[in-house]
Amino acid sequence: MADAVIIVALLLVAAAATTAVLVRDPVRQALVLAVLGVLLAVLFTTLQAPDVGLSQLAVGSALTPLLLLLTVRKVRRRGRKEGPRR
Amino acid sequence: MTAVTHVLPYLVAVWIFLIGCYGLATSRNLIHAVGCLSVCQAATYVLLLAVGYRDGATAPVFSDVEPGSRPVVDPVVQALALTDVVVGATVTALLLALVVQVAKRHGTVDPDELSELRG
Amino acid sequence: MNRRIRLWLVAVAGTALAALLVAACLDLPDFGGDRHPYGDRAVDASLARHTANTVASVNFDQRAFDTLGELTVLFAAVVGCVVLLRQTRDEHRARPEPEPVARPVRRYALAVLPVALLTGLYVIAHGQLSPGGGFQGGVVAATALHLLYLGADYRALERVRPLGLYEAGDAVAVSAYLVTGLAGLIGATAFLANTLLPYGTFNTLSSGGTVPLLNAAVGMEVACAVVVLLARFLDQAVEIEDPTGKGSGTP
Repeated sequence: MADAVIIVALLLVAAAATTAVLVRDPVRQALVLAVLGVLLAVLFTTLQAPDVGLSQLAVGSALTPLLLLLTVRKVRRRGRKEGPRR
Repeated sequence: MTAVTHVLPYLVAVWIFLIGCYGLATSRNLIHAVGCLSVCQAATYVLLLAVGYRDGATAPVFSDVEPGSRPVVDPVVQALALTDVVVGATVTALLLALVVQVAKRHGTVDPDELSELRG
Repeated sequence: MNRRIRLWLVAVAGTALAALLVAACLDLPDFGGDRHPYGDRAVDASLARHTANTVASVNFDQRAFDTLGELTVLFAAVVGCVVLLRQTRDEHRARPEPEPVARPVRRYALAVLPVALLTGLYVIAHGQLSPGGGFQGGVVAATALHLLYLGADYRALERVRPLGLYEAGDAVAVSAYLVTGLAGLIGATAFLANTLLPYGTFNTLSSGGTVPLLNAAVGMEVACAVVVLLARFLDQAVEIEDPTGKGSGTP
């Protein structure tokens, strides 16, 4: 039973990581990274690591996506050159 | 089935790392690339914690469990992963600050357009 | 080299790396195995020092020097960010206009803020007993402060966040960690040795020797570092404009 939970959590994390990479728009990627952060916290808790899960929840679901979004806002405010913008 | 369970966490960690590297190499936006680096770091956490896991064991915290009554998982790898998570986020912040500077100086965040060194 | 050659190189190297890594994974000990020699010894050492949270004991007692290195990396990253994101001579600040905030959001944010702050401080204080500690609690406390930004506006956040104080707090916390380590040198046997203070009763707040002290130092450092980082990024995104004065910030 515990094994099944761990396997499900691992597969969800792998799927979220793949989505985070394949999504090219940084704003959407920030949101997917927030989801990845929450899923990682769940995985760490099922692997009997509550300390790491607490750390990952605070950092990965709030801090890193917030920093990414602020950077996107700052970069967009400077205007953009022509060229592919994905 | 049990054979798969014995190696699946390690393979998942390898997959996450490789897909993060792929995203880093094919990215067209430096901010997206920093996000992919974050994914690579997540792979190392999964690998560390998978190495330390023990079947039927509980968390290595004895505030509510009598010491010695149940086996516990390895706390050393958890300590490594724990500091790594917070410090990794701070280094990501530093990389994003560099991206902001690149955008200011060169006007673009596309790595392909940043190829020449400009004086 | 153009993009196609680069992608071919990535494909070849990636395949080789994948093959090596998979071969290595198949040779690792089975997942969930029972043989963890370091783990058993770490748990025994932690219980001998009356620290209930073994991970905190490993971080702040058995591998305290490594945590000092992590603190240094954090501090250096914050210093780098502060330098990179400072306002240059040709930029100017524009005061952001306050946006109307929905009343439920404002009420919720201002009600949860003291609870979240207290939770962060609780997690820091009980690091040696239950899951938690300086790193986790510091991040929780720092992000709790930014509920003010969501619930009120940027100027309210600036008022509770005199940046110089937080930057000084960051430095003071790292120094406190170093001083506790040096006290180990002067009073006992080695740098950061946990033989100075009594180990106390197991599973109470005052247990574990120097672990609660180092925990508090790290908690203060991480909280101040995260506040300073977010402050710099928010400043850049919301207030500071480029010289042509495009767009003004709304929080």
